[in-house]
Amino acid sequence: MDHRSPLERVLRALALTAIVVFFMFPIFWIVLMSLQTNETILRSPPSMSFVPTLKNYAAIISGELDSNAGSMSIHFMNNLLNSVLLSVFSVALALLLGVPAAYAFARHKFRGSEDIAFTLLSFRFAPPLLVLLPLTLYFQALGLANTYLGLVWVYQLICLPLILWIVRGYFEDISPDIEHAYRIAGHGWFATFRKIALPLAGPGIAAAGLLAFIFAWNNFIFALVLASADKQPVTVGALAFVTASGIQYGQIAAAIVMSIAPTLLLALWAQRYLVEGLSLGAVKG
Amino acid sequence: MSHIKLKNLVKRFKDTEVLSGIDLDVPEGSTLVLFGPSGAGKTVLLRCIAGAVEQDDGEVRIGGEDVTDVLPEHRGIGMAFQNFALFPHMDAFDNIASPLTACGKTADQIRAGVDTVARLLKIDHVLTHTPKALSNGQKQRTALARALVSHPKVLLLDDPLRNVDAKLRFEMRLELPRLLADQGATVIYVTQDYREAMALGDRIAVLDGGRIIQNGTPEEIYRRPATINIAKLFGDPTINLLDVVPQSDASGVYATLSDCRIQLDPGLSGNVGRECMLGLRPEALSFTTANEGVPVTIEAETPFNEKAVTLVTTLRKREILVSRPAETPAPASGTAHITIDPRDAVLFDRQTGVRLDPNGTSHAAEKAA
Repeated sequence: MDHRSPLERVLRALALTAIVVFFMFPIFWIVLMSLQTNETILRSPPSMSFVPTLKNYAAIISGELDSNAGSMSIHFMNNLLNSVLLSVFSVALALLLGVPAAYAFARHKFRGSEDIAFTLLSFRFAPPLLVLLPLTLYFQALGLANTYLGLVWVYQLICLPLILWIVRGYFEDISPDIEHAYRIAGHGWFATFRKIALPLAGPGIAAAGLLAFIFAWNNFIFALVLASADKQPVTVGALAFVTASGIQYGQIAAAIVMSIAPTLLLALWAQRYLVEGLSLGAVKG
Repeated sequence: MSHIKLKNLVKRFKDTEVLSGIDLDVPEGSTLVLFGPSGAGKTVLLRCIAGAVEQDDGEVRIGGEDVTDVLPEHRGIGMAFQNFALFPHMDAFDNIASPLTACGKTADQIRAGVDTVARLLKIDHVLTHTPKALSNGQKQRTALARALVSHPKVLLLDDPLRNVDAKLRFEMRLELPRLLADQGATVIYVTQDYREAMALGDRIAVLDGGRIIQNGTPEEIYRRPATINIAKLFGDPTINLLDVVPQSDASGVYATLSDCRIQLDPGLSGNVGRECMLGLRPEALSFTTANEGVPVTIEAETPFNEKAVTLVTTLRKREILVSRPAETPAPASGTAHITIDPRDAVLFDRQTGVRLDPNGTSHAAEKAA
């Protein structure tokens, strides 16, 4: 099967290594930084030899930030929890609304369906800053400002179009004959949606959910404007590390590692769903 | 209670009319073969009956009841799709069992039902496989089993043998008529293969361009095709078509081929002088040792096991195919004479392609009336 010469294989391995190193180096460096004190980080020239310390992680988890100017308290763990809450509920709500909507757009060409789908996509065209001012005013009037509900709602601007458009494509890829066959076998439309369309679009739904989760997790501007300290996610909370007395690189690095860990783990877990091509061999092309 | 009746069925996609006024009547327990070239609308018609596609006009009646507003799951139909349309995430057993789970059978009943039909179709050893792991023939049988398992009163089979290899297709062509007869269901069977159509159909409806252009027994379709196109689609080797202008004299109506008379049905006298096409089935021609008949030059011969097909040319270099049973003697080369059985000759109008009926009316005119 493998017709490649040894030289070709070595070159290929080298190229792959180079690419991996190029993309992974910043993350690798941040992990190293998170295990050092500010002094060793700021050494010149930089060196790889240091005594690893978990002080940064301890400080972040306990919320006691020690700097040369004295100690201050931050709520990073609270921010992390906010990020988890906001992302999970936003994606859950977007899946709940977006997947059935995507199915409707994929299968039922009703009047104006394309226009509605496009309008939903257009939510992503406008720069967030443009909608933020009116949104803030409305939210204050409605009492939604600085509430989880309000934030989850606003996050739908990010998650819903993404899920809708990705999942719609997956639904469209399922041969309508498969669904017709299930209907003709005597099952109602809802059973067909649940037993045929959902499982077959599963990988797509997982991919869209994961992407939406990452976008929601990384969102900065909505939370910055619409949430106060106790509702802020990590993206906004990280601002606290820039203090008057200097920037705590080690602690920032530790915070970054802790804030990318959940998305990374989620991506690794979802990977098996992403690669599973279920539709293969179902119909004869 | 499974008589299928279609009345003036119309289906449009955007501005194109795919079905333009289909009338069809399939008596209970009989098999109708829907035959036609690709794009003729066969599959759409089947889907309209199944309820997977909604017609724009006209009605579908099953067992005398108008099912236009009945959802597909309540029409009580079994259907096999051309592309199999198996559920890829379920194994063969669950695929076949799906019509049974829908009507709330117990696990034991489901197992018994699936086992019976699987044994019948010889796929009982692959029931745990997913569609991905099945061969094309097994997929096709699984799809067929799924259509049969709940003993539906109406069976719609959309070219189920299209995607299987030639050997299996031949086997299934032999098996299917018995299988369908045992079911006692009303069957509509779609195919593009004229042999399948002739083997399976009590009647054949030929669909082209969204219209039924002929509806008759296999014998009728073969012997008296309504148009030149139908004549070409049925039969292998294809029918010989020769430009002729019928003439008449005291002894009757005739056409000439290489200065020889071919006697035509006296009923065709109304078409004297008209530009026509004479259709002659290759097997209606035979070589003769006598020096009468149409003189031809033998050009090439293709031997098959059961028959031999010879290409000959007339004096005016018109090509004609002659088919004869293998092992019957024939001149191998040079000049020969062929005789024509006039009862097998069909005459078409060259302009419209419609068959000219000896009774004075063309088939199409008959239908329109």
